[in-house]
Parts: sequence; C-alpha cells; structure tokens
Amino acid sequence: MDALPAHMRPERSFQGFILALQRFWAEQGCVILQPYDMEMGAGTFHPATTLRALGPKRWNAAYVQPSRRPKDGRYGENPNRMQHYYQFQVIMKPSPPNLQDLYLKSLAAIGIDSSIHDIRFVEDDWESPTLGAWGLGWECWCDGMEVSQFTYFQQVAGVECAPVSGELTYGLERLAMYVQGVDRVYDLNFNGRDGADKVTYGDVFLQAEQEYSRHNFEYADTTMLFEQFRMAEDACKKYLAAGWQENSKNLGGNQKEHLMALPAYDQCIKASHVFNLLDARGVISVTERQSYIMRVRELAKACGEAWVHTKAGRAV
Amino acid sequence: MPDLLLELFSEEIPARMQAKAADDLRRMVTDKLVAEGLVYEGAKAFATPRRLALTVHGVPARQSDLKEERRGPRVGGPDAAIQGFLKATGLARIEDAKIQTDPKKGDFYIALIEKPGRATLDVFAEILPVIIRTFPWPKSMRWGERSAKSGSLSWVRPLHSIIATFGPETEEPDVVKFSVDGIETGQTTFGHRFMAPAAISVRRFEDYEAKLKAAKVVLDPQARKDIILEDAKELAFAQGFELVDDQVLADEVAGLVEWPVALMGSFDEEFLSIPDEVIRATIRNNQKCFVVRDPKTGKLANKFILTANIEATDGGKVIIAGNERVIRARLSDAKFFYETDLKTKLESRLPKFDQIVFHEKLGTQAERIKRIERLTAEIAPLVGADVEKATRAAHLAKADLLTEVVGEFPELQGLMGKYYAQAQSEDASVAAASEEHYKPQGPADRVPTDPVSIAVALADKLDTLVGFWAIDEKPTGSKDPYALRRAALGVIRLIVENALRVSILNVAVSALGGLLDKWPREAVVDSQKLPSELLSFFADRLKVQLRDQGARHDLVDAVFSLGGQDDLLLVVRRVDALGKFLDTDDGKNLLAGTKRASNILAIEEKKDKRTFDGAPDAGLYQLSEEKALAKAIDQVKSEAGAAVAREDFATAMSAMAKLRPAVDAFFDKVKVNADEPAVRENRLKLLNEIRAATRAVADFSKIEG
Repeated sequence: MDALPAHMRPERSFQGFILALQRFWAEQGCVILQPYDMEMGAGTFHPATTLRALGPKRWNAAYVQPSRRPKDGRYGENPNRMQHYYQFQVIMKPSPPNLQDLYLKSLAAIGIDSSIHDIRFVEDDWESPTLGAWGLGWECWCDGMEVSQFTYFQQVAGVECAPVSGELTYGLERLAMYVQGVDRVYDLNFNGRDGADKVTYGDVFLQAEQEYSRHNFEYADTTMLFEQFRMAEDACKKYLAAGWQENSKNLGGNQKEHLMALPAYDQCIKASHVFNLLDARGVISVTERQSYIMRVRELAKACGEAWVHTKAGRAV
Repeated sequence: MPDLLLELFSEEIPARMQAKAADDLRRMVTDKLVAEGLVYEGAKAFATPRRLALTVHGVPARQSDLKEERRGPRVGGPDAAIQGFLKATGLARIEDAKIQTDPKKGDFYIALIEKPGRATLDVFAEILPVIIRTFPWPKSMRWGERSAKSGSLSWVRPLHSIIATFGPETEEPDVVKFSVDGIETGQTTFGHRFMAPAAISVRRFEDYEAKLKAAKVVLDPQARKDIILEDAKELAFAQGFELVDDQVLADEVAGLVEWPVALMGSFDEEFLSIPDEVIRATIRNNQKCFVVRDPKTGKLANKFILTANIEATDGGKVIIAGNERVIRARLSDAKFFYETDLKTKLESRLPKFDQIVFHEKLGTQAERIKRIERLTAEIAPLVGADVEKATRAAHLAKADLLTEVVGEFPELQGLMGKYYAQAQSEDASVAAASEEHYKPQGPADRVPTDPVSIAVALADKLDTLVGFWAIDEKPTGSKDPYALRRAALGVIRLIVENALRVSILNVAVSALGGLLDKWPREAVVDSQKLPSELLSFFADRLKVQLRDQGARHDLVDAVFSLGGQDDLLLVVRRVDALGKFLDTDDGKNLLAGTKRASNILAIEEKKDKRTFDGAPDAGLYQLSEEKALAKAIDQVKSEAGAAVAREDFATAMSAMAKLRPAVDAFFDKVKVNADEPAVRENRLKLLNEIRAATRAVADFSKIEG
C-alpha cells in the first residue's frame, strides 16, 4: 500500500477514516457504492442491502450511507447524538466463512490494534419490524464501546435469505471519535489538516443539526407529511401492481416476472422516512404507531416478493 | 475404559445460553449412550464464548451382544402375518425360525435374534451428528454458502470445526468419523482469538484442556468466574476498597471471555452525587463492570473493575482509558437524568398517567392509582397506619415510573421514588413506601414492617388480584403473566409475618366495589362469587407456601373447610396448633377415633339414606361408656369453643385431647349397630357429635393419614 499522507491517516481525519474502510473492503472484492440518494434511517434500507440480500446471486458491496433519525436530533447540544450521521455498511452474500476475521482486519486498517484493545462480540439479535427483517449476530465492542453491528441476515422483507448474507454496520462518527481521541463529535477533524486549513465535523454539520432539529420537532409540516405517507404508500402499491408480467417471454412464457421492483421500493423508503418524521413530531399515538409500522412492512414485503422475480433477484 | 472428547467450535455464543447448552450437550449424549446400553463412568461439559466441550469417560469400547427370542405367528397362519414376522425379525425364510409347541394353542414360530454389539466408536458416529442437528438452541441461524439450500445446519452462530475422539488413556485415540454440513470431525481446535489463534492438535480431554490453557483459553466457566472474582477482589483490596459482590454479573462476564483479565478504572468523583444504585446499574447493565465500595462508609468509590479478554501488550492502559471514556459518558447521562428528575415534583407527574393504559379492561394507570389510594385508606386503620400518610404514600408510590432514571433502569422503580420523595421532603414513611410497597417480590424477599408501607403494599397487590380476577385473567398451569401467584403470596406474608388481623373477604369486596365503579366495561365474572373464589386462591397459595416450608398442606384444607376462614393469620395459627396436636399420641388417636366414627356414619347414612343430625337422647344411653362420651363431648365442646373464641388454639387442642379416652372406650365397649333401632339411631347421633365437636378446631375428615 502506498504511504498515506498524514492528513489522510484514519486516526487524523474523518474522511481518511472513511477512505481507509472503503479501500479495505474494495480489496476484499466488494463493489464500493455511493450513498443512496434518498433519506433513510439506516444503511440497511439501501436497496444494495435490503433487496440484494434476497435471492441466490452472489453480492459483495460496501458504502457510506447518511442515516436520518429525526427523533435523535438534539439541536447540536449533545456530544454524540445527532439526527443525521454516517453509517458504513458492508454486505457479503453468501457470508464468507472468515467474515469475523475480515471485520477484525478492517479494524486494524483504521488503526485499532487488537493486541492493545479489547474487542468483543456481544450477543445482539437484530430485528427491523418496518423491513420485516431479522438476523442473529453481535454488537462489537472495543474497550467497552459499541462500535459496530454484525448480523447474519435470516429474513429480509419477509423472505427467507438463501443464502444468508453477512452485514456489518460501522457507526463512523463514534469510531472516528475513539480513534481521534475526541469526546465531542463536532470536534472531529474532518479533513486532517491543522490550523487555518482544518475543517471540523462541527464546521460541516453543526448548523445542519440545529436547523433540522428545529424542523423535525417543531416545524415539519405534518399535514403535508401525512399526505406524503399516503401518496408514497399508494404509489408503491401502484408500481408493484403495474410491474408484474404474467408468463414473461424472457422466462420462456411460463413464469411471473417483475419489472419495477426498484422504483416501488423507493416509495417504501420514502414512506418509512416520512413516518419517522411524523413520529418525531409526536403526532402519532402509541396504537397508531404500530399500524404505521405494519403498513411500511407490508410495502417492504411486497417489494421483496417483487425483487425475487427480477433478473437480479432470481436464480437465472 | 476409553473416553470421548467432543468439541464444537463456533463463533461467539451468547453468554446467557452457554450454561444450558453445556448441560444439554451432556444430557443428550449420555442419555443416548444409556439408551444404547453403554454405561459410562462420568461426564462433564464446558462452555466458553467460542466452544462447547464434552468429556465422557469410562465408556465400554463395545456394546454387549444381545440375544432375544421373538414369538411369531402360529404355524400355518396367514401369509401376511408370516411375511410381517420375517420382516420384523430380519429372517430370510420362515424355515430359519424355530417351532415351539404350545399344548393349548398349537405350534408357533420362534425367531432367535442375535444382535452382536457394535463398536462404541460406530455408535458415537451415529448419535453425535443427530444430536448436533437437533440441538435445542433457544435461537439458531443459518450461514454461508450452504444456507442457499434447504436443510442446512442451524447452529447458534456459525459452527467452524468439530473435535470428536474416542480411545483409551494409553493409546492414540480414534477420531469419531462423521461430518455435519460439510464439517468433518478431526482433532484440531484453535486457541484464544487474539493471543494464540493458531491451530492446536489434541488427543483427549486431558491434553485438550492443558493445551487450551497454554493457548490462553480457560475451558471451565467456573474457573473463569473464580479468576474474575478473585482478581477483582484483590484489585479492590489493594486500593483499600471492597468489591460489591455480584454473582450474576460474574457468571455473565465469565461467558464473555476465554481469558479473563481484571483491570481497574476510575471515574470523576463528582458522579458520586448520583445515588449508588444508579451508578451501579449504569456501570453494571451497560458496561458489564463491577463497582467497589469504601468499607468504612459502605458507599461506592469512584472506581470500577472491568474484565478484558486479553493480556494487552501495554498492560491494559488503552483498554482502561477506553472503558473510562464510555463510563464517563454513561454516568454523565445518568447524572443528567437524575438531576432532571429532581426538578419535577412527583405529584406533578401524575396527570401523565391519564394517558397510560394499565390494562385495556382495567383502565389507565391514573385510575388504578386512585383505586389503590382508596383501598389504602380503608386498609390503613386495620394495620395501624396513619390514614393520611398512607394515602399520601399511595398517591406518590407509582410516580417514579415516569422519571428518566426509571425509564432507563426499570429495576430501580420504587427505589428512585423513595429518593425523589425524600428530596421533596416527604415524611420518611411516605418516602419509604415508594420502595417498600413492591415487596415482598418472592419467597426470599424481605417483608415491609412499617404500617404505611404495609397498607400500600396490601392495597396494590389486592387491587391487582381483584382486577385480574374480575376480567377472568387468572393464572392457569404454568402461565401467570401478571404474577398473580406472587401477589397472593405477598399478601399472605405481609399479613402473617406482621401478625395482622385482616378479613381478606371484606377487603376483596371493598376492592371490587372500587373497581366496579368504572371497570371492567362489561361484566366478565360473577361479582358475587369473586371474593370467595379469590379466597380459595389464597388457600391454595397458603398450602403451597406451607408445603415449601415442610408443613402439612392437608391441614390447610382441614381449616378452610370449616368455612368463613378469611383471616389468614388465624388460619395459620390454627394450622400450626393442629399440626402440633396431631404430632402427639392424643392427637393421633383422636384423629383415628374421629375417622372411625366418620366411616361408620358414612356407611350407615348410606344404608339408611338419611343423616344422623340432632342431639342424642340421654334417656336412651344404656352403657356407662355412652354416658361418659356424651359428657366428654359436652365438656370439650364448651372448653374448645371458649378457647377458639379467645383464639387460643393450643388450649382448644388440649381440650380436644380430653375426648380421646372416652372415644377409645366407646369403640371398645359399645356396639354401635344395636339391635334395637332407637338405640342404634341414638348411638349414631352420638358418633355424629364427635365429628361435630372436632369441627370446633378443624374438619378432621380432610386430614390425611
């Protein structure tokens, strides 16, 4: 590997930290994707994970995904809680036998040396009610701090995973804070430079945290959001219905095929984020909450069902 | 005799599942061995985060040969029967069977089946893969390439290798050859994930355990736990502190490490302003670390002890620093929560309970709190509590459920209420009741003694019991989702251990009245019957409790059977006196005499299709024993009755004892079924009087033996 300039070293700069992870996983044969261009609560919602986890075809990918958690906004006043943060997501299908070792090597690549750090795999079963997904795995601890989620997907969008994918999710800010030795996320050195050239995480995101917290909790237009939820739900169903091709010629005329799983799934992502905003605004009661989650799950399941009838989702 | 070594090496097994998994593995393998006729000398199973291991020693190398004669159909029987017999016995032709002559039934075929014993190695090769495939993990998963096909192995986390060897101590053992989902058995395992990851070749349990130890893996969870606790104690002691003992945490941590290394870290002293329990919950629940206290003050010190899984090359500096950072952040949160909570008075939290449903058929938490307050006010005078204080205590007792700290650490409910009540200068008894009214939580828990706490504790539990009874959500079998059995036992212990005089029926009626004002919306059960049904539930719980204490539960029936027994303290005292009485000769003989009288009566009542109630006629007594018995009965009735009225059950029992010689003499000398019908009837009436007299203390017919 070429010697990295100092400002690109993972322990000095947030961007260098991200690049180190991307480089590591690129070397393991992953396609390095860019973030999905929609608002979502976690990297798992990216179709490169949710949909690609389904079906028999091999798939190895890694990407950064901005994650929006409207309820977690703290107006920029909490040292590590934000309504917008980055996740680094790795998905490998089928899960390789040495996935744990690869994960540990990736930690070494970002400057976490397992001979002086205490790295642990602590039981954590993962479940996403909105995605109709679950898996078993761990939260990975480094010196008592949770730094990643490690999951073997068993079911996604209501479909059994065959084969099973391994999914890794790194909380980038938290890990970078640890590696850089800062206690406040806004103090992270973003570009690895010093003095006047230095750009911090706060320079980039603090104002956004303040503005979006105000938006998420106080001003987000709930009438519009309720309407958007309904529209996204309707659109998703409409695209799903329109996408089905009975007796597709591509498949010898005797099988069903779906031609619009991805656009339909976008609407499911949309509905999920709109629901999170409504939830942050406090306009959804406890009993309603459950029914909204169910409605998103129904969309996710229908999209999963459609996906396994597409070229990338089926066997041949 | 040879030994088995089995190791299932996997990715990290959840700590909470390890102990049961080790036990299941031992049980499943040894059960199967016994079923295969292989008697072993001993077996022991172990678990670490990455492996389950089992050693079974002293297993015979072969099964013994089996010889068995099986009787078949009669000679000349239907062909289907003969074919079936051949199939079942494995005989090639019917000519291979012997013929046995039975003088009554004719000739029969007999098959002589000889089953040579198999080599134990082969038996293992057959049973082990089945056990692995059917292993009862609470949750299991598929993984990797093979999960593309159905029927792939499910394990708790990906399984990587299997050691299975079998052989005697002195020789190179054989590998028990089998494969599960593409994993071939062998003799290879791996050491500590970070400190000794290389492959290790092993032969048998002894070198397996020793080589693992050399590769920084302590196989035995108990040994890891001992190391953790000893090292933690030593670290604390070296600094003049003592470890706050926590066996549950030690067990959990022992399941998170293969090579425990205890390290001590500290946190800012300013956090010691948070209550100790909150600090401990924060450090323990979230970080799996121990806390230490200053032995002089009994208060927590600003130190914690973590258990790392490695001997770090820097002596643990980085690990300690990392843990300190996390704990600092966690304690800042806890301090923030605690201080935020202190800014709001408990009573101003209460309106929020209007929005929180306790149970859809029993209304909101706010409604429930009002019911408890009302019931507390009624119970308070019965238990010697100040009504005003008790009502105030009931008013505030649940308020801490809405605090930040309890939201974060539900196990601190009640305790935080006490602290917050103290902080807003509530009366000491009122504050204490926030914590105490949840007690006792089980048979081992402490019972509150302050009358204010007792009143709220009884009201809380009785409202729960009556409420769930009213909506017909009683416990059934092993299902008791609302912990109603525990609530009833709590009521029993509160009453009995504080020697309280409370009529359960009256309180239940009152609780029901408060409930039926509003709930349930539709009547589910008969509210007339409810209090007495609830009382018999209490009787059942009391029986269970007495049985657990080694007392005779049939005596509880004998007392409850008298009817109207809703004063639990008196029931317990009566049962106690009765038990002591029945241990004496007088008691045993009187019981025998009473039973004899009851048996005779039962027979004669059946014969005559009538009962023999009513006073006997003194003019019809013919023998002196009859007169003596009648006299004794009168005397005992009045003495025992008077004693029972004074609640002096011991004296009542000794009065009963006086009945015994007269009863014995009566049965000795008097023929009950006299020829003269009037005399016979009179004598049966006299027997009935014995039964009636003993009912002053208990229904003897319910007593066993």
